[in-house]
Amino acid sequence: MQRVGVFVCWCGSNIAATVDVEKVAEVLAKEPGVVFSTNYQYMCSQAGQEMIQESIAKYNLTGVVICSCSPRMHENTFRKTCEKAGLNPYMVEIANIREQCSWIHKDKETATEKAVILGRAAIAKVHLNAPLTSGTSPVKKRALVIGGGIAGIQTALDIADAGFDVDIVEKEPTIGGKMTQIDKTFPTLDCAACILTPKMVDAAQNEKIHIYSYSEVSSVKGFVGNFKVTIKKKARYVDETKCTGCGLCTEKCPQKKVPNAFNLGLDNRRAIYIPFAQAVPKVATIDADYCTMLKSGKCGVCSKVCTAGAIDYTQKDAFIEQEYGAIVVATGFNPIKLDQYDEFAYSQSPDVVTSLEFERLMNAAGPTGGTLLRPSDGQHPHTIVFVQCVGSRCDDSKGKPYCSKICCMYTAKHAMLCREKYPDTDVYVFYIDVRTPGKNFDEFYRRAVEEYGVHYVKGMVGKVVPENGKLKVQASDLIGNQQLHIDADMVVLAAAIEPDKSARPLATMLTASMDTNDFFTEAHPKLRPVESPTAGIFLSGACQGPKDIPETVAQASAAAAKVIGLLNKDHLVCNPCTAQPDELMCNGCSSCEKVCPYGAITYVDKEFRGPNRTTLLRRVAQVNPAVCQGCGACTVACPSGAMDLKGFSNKQIMAEVDAICR
Amino acid sequence: MPVNEEFKPTIVAFCCNWCSYAGADLSGTNRLQYPANVKIIRIPCSCRLNPMFVLRAFQRGADGVILCGCHPGDCHYTTGNYYARRRMTLLFSMLDFLGIERERTRVEWVSAAEGAKFAATMNDFSATIHKLGPNRRLEDLRCRKD
Repeated sequence: MQRVGVFVCWCGSNIAATVDVEKVAEVLAKEPGVVFSTNYQYMCSQAGQEMIQESIAKYNLTGVVICSCSPRMHENTFRKTCEKAGLNPYMVEIANIREQCSWIHKDKETATEKAVILGRAAIAKVHLNAPLTSGTSPVKKRALVIGGGIAGIQTALDIADAGFDVDIVEKEPTIGGKMTQIDKTFPTLDCAACILTPKMVDAAQNEKIHIYSYSEVSSVKGFVGNFKVTIKKKARYVDETKCTGCGLCTEKCPQKKVPNAFNLGLDNRRAIYIPFAQAVPKVATIDADYCTMLKSGKCGVCSKVCTAGAIDYTQKDAFIEQEYGAIVVATGFNPIKLDQYDEFAYSQSPDVVTSLEFERLMNAAGPTGGTLLRPSDGQHPHTIVFVQCVGSRCDDSKGKPYCSKICCMYTAKHAMLCREKYPDTDVYVFYIDVRTPGKNFDEFYRRAVEEYGVHYVKGMVGKVVPENGKLKVQASDLIGNQQLHIDADMVVLAAAIEPDKSARPLATMLTASMDTNDFFTEAHPKLRPVESPTAGIFLSGACQGPKDIPETVAQASAAAAKVIGLLNKDHLVCNPCTAQPDELMCNGCSSCEKVCPYGAITYVDKEFRGPNRTTLLRRVAQVNPAVCQGCGACTVACPSGAMDLKGFSNKQIMAEVDAICR
Repeated sequence: MPVNEEFKPTIVAFCCNWCSYAGADLSGTNRLQYPANVKIIRIPCSCRLNPMFVLRAFQRGADGVILCGCHPGDCHYTTGNYYARRRMTLLFSMLDFLGIERERTRVEWVSAAEGAKFAATMNDFSATIHKLGPNRRLEDLRCRKD
């Protein structure tokens, strides 16, 4: 039995006007275990707090019940008050007699009666409270950024700037991501490479940043502050430390018929390659699927021409283990596959391209050297049709239900660039809506229409038929209320964007939650937009939702700020109200593990005393208090009732129920 | 129980800490009235509600039990309210089986911004329980003090 002190607050007249506070204190004084009961005008004031502290000492209180405003308001205040008086802060319970009593009832008698019952419930609970101590866990002062696109690079640079070590894991042979493939950026039309490549070099030269290129995360263990990550460094058959990036091997390799992934298959590269001239790290990689030496053991040209002796055909995948305090997910996006959209003849004609392919065709470093030529015959196109929302805003299962956000703007950019470079081309854009919310975005779109004479047509393209070297486009013009037939030379499809395929397995590894579209969900859509609900996992860039470059960079820096805040701490204070299994009752059935949204529950084989001096080895659940957030899902899932939640235990809640129903 | 005595139902409302408890606070802040026989118990998440608590409340003489949590998809713990929804669905069929009126238990999603919804829900629920009359079926008379 605790020695309970009850403190009824008037809250000026907020409570006292409708609740007879003196009577409440008087009635509650008769409750079992209550050794002191009083009321005061403002319990949260300094005088009120001092009175609580003095009473704790004077009456040797072991539990405190405060009948006042909502615990959401002053629970922490009163916990601190009691802690200063030497009482465990978790021996305090609040009866909410303001928001949930005095403010909603007008009749004094009813309100007083209710306040008494709420007070009783709190007293019943506090009798079963146990002192809880917040554990602490150390923080490993190193961050991992998964994905080396502009989001990952920016996050890494910002974290490194604050003096912490950062590792970037990038699955491609070079960092840079999608932005490296883009020609110009909207709405300023500055060249993407000119703003991105210096950042890539910065990241490579920064002493605090280590780049694992051509690598993947293969396992993640641990929890906030203490993640243990295994990174798989895929064999690139080139010694990174020796390769100088001279590129001689990529010129001499006899295997010339490898589709160039960097140019989206619009041209070919060799089996040994450097994705592009500004790649970071500038190290060659052998494509094992095409290399004759690796496949048949005959060739070895690259190793003969390499003056640095960097080629190593025997290289194997390497696994690196590293510990991190925080993990940033920056896995980015990809345009969707267009197999489902054959009405646009994407698979039938090479002149039907996606916007990203079009980006490469316009790029000075692209397969055509920046001259816009039709992929089929290398001729200059005179009529180009852009189709918006291919797979975006779809209400069927073919596409994505969401707006891909960036397509309206990049299509306006493409249309504008076409008209600027080749004023003789006719450019049509078919749209459902033009969405241009963003700084200087609508002005940019209007320039495309007004200054550059791009034909914007509200309506959708129904069908594209390749015929005699032309693309017959059938479309509807909703405003003109007519069917349009356009003989186009090229059709550009603004394919919806989706999260990278690597994101889903990664989310499982990180126990970070995703929405139905495989975008990572944030801890709070408005107030915690760069954190995952899983502690220690942060979100950067398009892995969380479609974003343009400025938004991505802003979010990347925001995520970095959150990481720096975390890494700056030497220890993390854990919420002590965590789940706790009773090992004697636990039978290791895994029910709790399955419902735990945080992966806080693991199992260990423990020795127990059996009959006749034997020892039994039993599998029992263990909760990691640093990871457990205290939701209590496991406590209900446990069939043997072994799992309980500290601070909200079965007994405590039952006692409250009993007190209310009494 | 004498027939002429006015029936004052006992209603237990379990509210999750992050949405519904805050919603209840908001209805207080906005001075929106609901009957005083609704008593709120704070739980960290709707998934903390063990169906046993509901049975215990009925056994101890509660006339209605309501669980309020974050809207589906908005759970502070990501998936807690989905668990709660499933468990309560199972409990409903069990209560049906036991012959307890289906209307005595309810699940509602109330966000921290829905003070008005909280008050309206409680008014409605209380009116329903009033119509149903006292819970006699599960009440364990041995638990009664009088």
